[in-house]
Amino acid sequence: MNRLDIIREGSAETAIRGLYDDLARRGAVAPASNCPVEQAAAFVKLCLSQSCGKCVPCRVGLRQLSAILDRILDGQGTAGDLTLLRSLASAIADSADCVIGSEAARSLLGSMNAFEGDFRSHVEAGRCTAAFEPVPCKAGCPAHVDIPGYIALTKAGRYADAVRLIREDNPFPAACALVCEHPCEHRCRRNMVDDAVNIRGIKRMAVDKAGDVPAPTPMADTGKKVAVVGGGPSGLTAAYYLRLMGHSVTVFEQRNKLGGMMRYGIPRYRLPDKYLDGDIDAILSTGVEVHTDVSVTGGTFQWLKGEFDAVYLAIGAHSYRPLGVPGDDAENVLSAVELLRAMGDGQAPDLKGKRVVIVGGGNVAMDCTRTAMRLGARSVQCVYRRRQADMTALAEEVEGAIAEHCEMVTMMAPVRVETDGSGKVAALVVQPQIPGAYDGGRPKPARADRDEVRIECDVVIGAIGQVVDSAPFAAEGVPTRRNNIQSDTGTLTEVDGVFSGGDCASGPSTVIRAVEAGKTAAANIDKYLGFEHRLPRAVSVPAAASASLGPWGRVNLSERRAEERRDDFDLMELNMTEQEARQECSRCLRCDHYGLGAFRGGRSEQW
Amino acid sequence: MVNLTINGKAVSVPEGTTILEAARQTGVHIPTLCYLKHLNEVGACRVCVVEVEGSQKLSAACNTAAEEGMSVRTDTPRVRQARKTNVQLILSQHNVACTSCPRGGNCSLQDVARELNLLEEPFEKMPLPPRWDRTFPLIRDNSKCIQCLRCVNVCDRMQSMKVWEFSGTGRGAHVSTRDGVDIHDINCALCGQCITHCPVGALSARDDTARVLSAIADPDKVVVVQIAPAVRAAWGDEIGLPPELATEKRMAAAVRTLGVDYVFDTNFSADLTIMEEGSELIEHLKTRKGNEAMFTSCCPGWVRFLKLEFPELVPQLSSAKSPQQMFGAVTKSYFADLIKVDPEKIFCVSVMPCSAKKYECDVEAVNDAAKDVDVVLTTRELGRLLRGTDVAALPEEEFDQPLGTASGAGVIFGATGGVMEAALRSAYYLLTGDNPDADAFSEVRGLQGWREYTFTVKDLPLKIAVATGLASARMLMTALKKGEVQYDFIEVMACPGGCAGGGGQPIRDGCELAGERGKRLYQLDRENPIRFSHENPSVQALYKDYLGAPLSEKAHHLLHTEQTAWKL
Repeated sequence: MNRLDIIREGSAETAIRGLYDDLARRGAVAPASNCPVEQAAAFVKLCLSQSCGKCVPCRVGLRQLSAILDRILDGQGTAGDLTLLRSLASAIADSADCVIGSEAARSLLGSMNAFEGDFRSHVEAGRCTAAFEPVPCKAGCPAHVDIPGYIALTKAGRYADAVRLIREDNPFPAACALVCEHPCEHRCRRNMVDDAVNIRGIKRMAVDKAGDVPAPTPMADTGKKVAVVGGGPSGLTAAYYLRLMGHSVTVFEQRNKLGGMMRYGIPRYRLPDKYLDGDIDAILSTGVEVHTDVSVTGGTFQWLKGEFDAVYLAIGAHSYRPLGVPGDDAENVLSAVELLRAMGDGQAPDLKGKRVVIVGGGNVAMDCTRTAMRLGARSVQCVYRRRQADMTALAEEVEGAIAEHCEMVTMMAPVRVETDGSGKVAALVVQPQIPGAYDGGRPKPARADRDEVRIECDVVIGAIGQVVDSAPFAAEGVPTRRNNIQSDTGTLTEVDGVFSGGDCASGPSTVIRAVEAGKTAAANIDKYLGFEHRLPRAVSVPAAASASLGPWGRVNLSERRAEERRDDFDLMELNMTEQEARQECSRCLRCDHYGLGAFRGGRSEQW
Repeated sequence: MVNLTINGKAVSVPEGTTILEAARQTGVHIPTLCYLKHLNEVGACRVCVVEVEGSQKLSAACNTAAEEGMSVRTDTPRVRQARKTNVQLILSQHNVACTSCPRGGNCSLQDVARELNLLEEPFEKMPLPPRWDRTFPLIRDNSKCIQCLRCVNVCDRMQSMKVWEFSGTGRGAHVSTRDGVDIHDINCALCGQCITHCPVGALSARDDTARVLSAIADPDKVVVVQIAPAVRAAWGDEIGLPPELATEKRMAAAVRTLGVDYVFDTNFSADLTIMEEGSELIEHLKTRKGNEAMFTSCCPGWVRFLKLEFPELVPQLSSAKSPQQMFGAVTKSYFADLIKVDPEKIFCVSVMPCSAKKYECDVEAVNDAAKDVDVVLTTRELGRLLRGTDVAALPEEEFDQPLGTASGAGVIFGATGGVMEAALRSAYYLLTGDNPDADAFSEVRGLQGWREYTFTVKDLPLKIAVATGLASARMLMTALKKGEVQYDFIEVMACPGGCAGGGGQPIRDGCELAGERGKRLYQLDRENPIRFSHENPSVQALYKDYLGAPLSEKAHHLLHTEQTAWKL
């Protein structure tokens, strides 16, 4: 026997690693709607399997937790069991020797707090209030688009039908094909096998191949009039569905063109006009009336309330937060909103040969960073006070920017803007940071014991968040909270006949969230007007194949090479080939047909 | 067309055909359990799995579409092993109590277990606890439920009531009432379609045979039995008697062997219903202010449905009691007088193709001083009482008199459109003084969910509609409420096909028998020398000797009810 051995991973380790890899993939797509008691029970058992067994709270305590949870799941639990569960978990969290036991108990307590009602329902009524979501991608999509449906249609080459099907829930198929954050993919059950289906990529395929797809004919006129304030994704979505329901709809848009943040926030290299205009043209073809260059203020708002049967406020979040450091009012300090709005109006600022610093770590910061590079900046640096991994921007956006020669300057907080003699920006001075305790899922940065750094530059662009310009409406009695217009989950405000949704109600968010709000508003405004129009499902979906592909690589969309794309505003992302699209479509597990999808036909017949 | 091979045999089927249907077309048997064609193709039980060449996993034949070039094997060792394991797993969650189960011997789980030659149950038993009020007419025994989801889809798609749902997730997932609402408080019409579509004994109608047997044994009771029209078209099924032996008269003889005192026919009171409801219809058409329709009221599932789902339309229901209740009322008054027996001593039993009738007979507002009907048995319960009797050997016997005489119009009450047709025959007579051709209105027959017709009787255009199944009834009522349609008279039966397909009828899993059974009723109508309710001599005698005329005060008292007097 050797005194020491080199550790080599044996088959046992490989198998266990494999098991945990599978678990991690499953964990990533865990259906949030499933029985929380059962998930807690499974979690506790898993934690117990990791215990060394030395200390009592972990070895015996976790096992007892597991037994109590099982009893509850078998319908044999009592209210006393919940008390016991809580006190036992607290004792384990307090007294287990290491984190294997204490963290397990802490997680359980968190779950018990979050799902108190469900735990109680289990012991009091022997009933679980959880409900399974049969089609995870569809459940994950805020607009609940029939994703397996349009994947099947794309696979069958029925591209126009795919677009029609998407439009039944989302009138921005082209815009979303390019810029949707695709929360659907995070829920894709395919993650259990290998990796999510490239849903957005497939949508892009359908949209690119479909050509012009006429919008459906609206239902019979109702004689009701709805005003929509704001021609962004939320306002136009509401307008589209309300018009299809037969109402007369007029959109009032502050800017010269429709599209809201899709035009005045998202750069053209991500969303060319052609795509956005295609979606908007289809929406307007249903007979939506539009007035652009109209700012709705207090007076006009009152007039709208009198003139229309309902008003939908979807004004977006087009104001911005200043950097909040000395010198932030200097010449050449811009906000992201100003830069991107100018881009939307075709009035690009002259950044040629300039040294540009962007402050922020979100997607808007990346849009500014990459826009500045395309406008010919000599150097572009993105200053962020946390780590790159903590950025809220999509990882591929950050990587794309880096590939385009933009620099990420992380763990640096702005201190002041220094100006030259003429009042122009000369430098941004930043203070290095150290990651601190976790707060809201990310470590909170704190001042590091390092000296300030002076970043010489000509232009500073603040991309640290947009705010809603709700003052004119607040003055007319529409309740607001921290500038956001207050509306409930049905977009109803406290003012009779006034609804609000999208960024102006939620704060800055995504296109698909705005679509969700618009769709919700349309349904509830229709109801408010005394109707119950149900928009039918008109597209039939091909039957599921008997089998989907086994573990098989995901096709990612490629982009034009960084060297080629960083000087122009042409669309950056390349479409799939038909071969790639076919393969990607074949990876879809058709959860609308397999699993619980088969139960009620996998799709709703109307909304 | 799609070309594939099943067990090496070439098959060509239309696109969209499932492997199961393709196999059936070629005579290849694939066992199924949860499957119900067009209603429940959910792939839950995994008993119908087959091997598709090139596929990693087995496929459910019931909901996998046949594909071009597919090669299917239905009986490989791998398939047999999977089926066997899955049925063993189902059995581990099933309270196997076949000997005391109402579905013992008529159970698809038993059948499939036998077919797979299942001789052991290796898995730990873990049936769900049954939580149910067993005094309710509809009983769900969760310890027997195999979560096939048929009841959920039947109630949802066929009946549009959505009483059942698949609740919870993971190991606790099971069928329960919607949102866990108590069955007493939920919008169940009690049609019983979930019972007749359950593959096992998880759903059943309350068994009331013991109460009948003790009444028979009680020397102080005069036990009077009435048998509903549709029962005669199905009663043989429950005891394995072929249709040619399961005649009306042998049914009368069989019931008599139970030791009851009188065997009567609900067809008699169906004729009586026509007299009352037909006269009411003519009154209604003459006196109504708008052009609102009158609804039939003989189906308690439909009446419950209307009260639950469209309470504002309840005043449009005919005030006539159902034939079952009319029969009881006449038995405990007119007939009690005839045989000079205290009505209190009469124990009135009805045999019905229905589970909702068990509920109807207990509604206080429908009953007068005496309880019209004491106990309702389903056709299935009648079969259970006759299991020990060699029914085939019994000579045929007549019904007792006078409440055993009926017309052909009475017997077709058991089929969708039958009440309408019978009413039209007599309404024609009441309006014109002449009989129409007995088959003049036969076009109202059929199985379509919502049918409409216009007949002109003595220059009076009569717009009528017939609905069968509650999903169709809902569509009709919704359209009526919106003013999209207008009718003068509407017949609705809660069960698709009418009472012939009733929730109390014998069950042959996977078969919709309403059409076939309805045909037998129309055959009996044709063979009856009396085709018109108003020509039933017993009915004529009842009016002459006791009630006076239809809608008379006495008739109102005994045969009508205030529909708005009870709510749900």
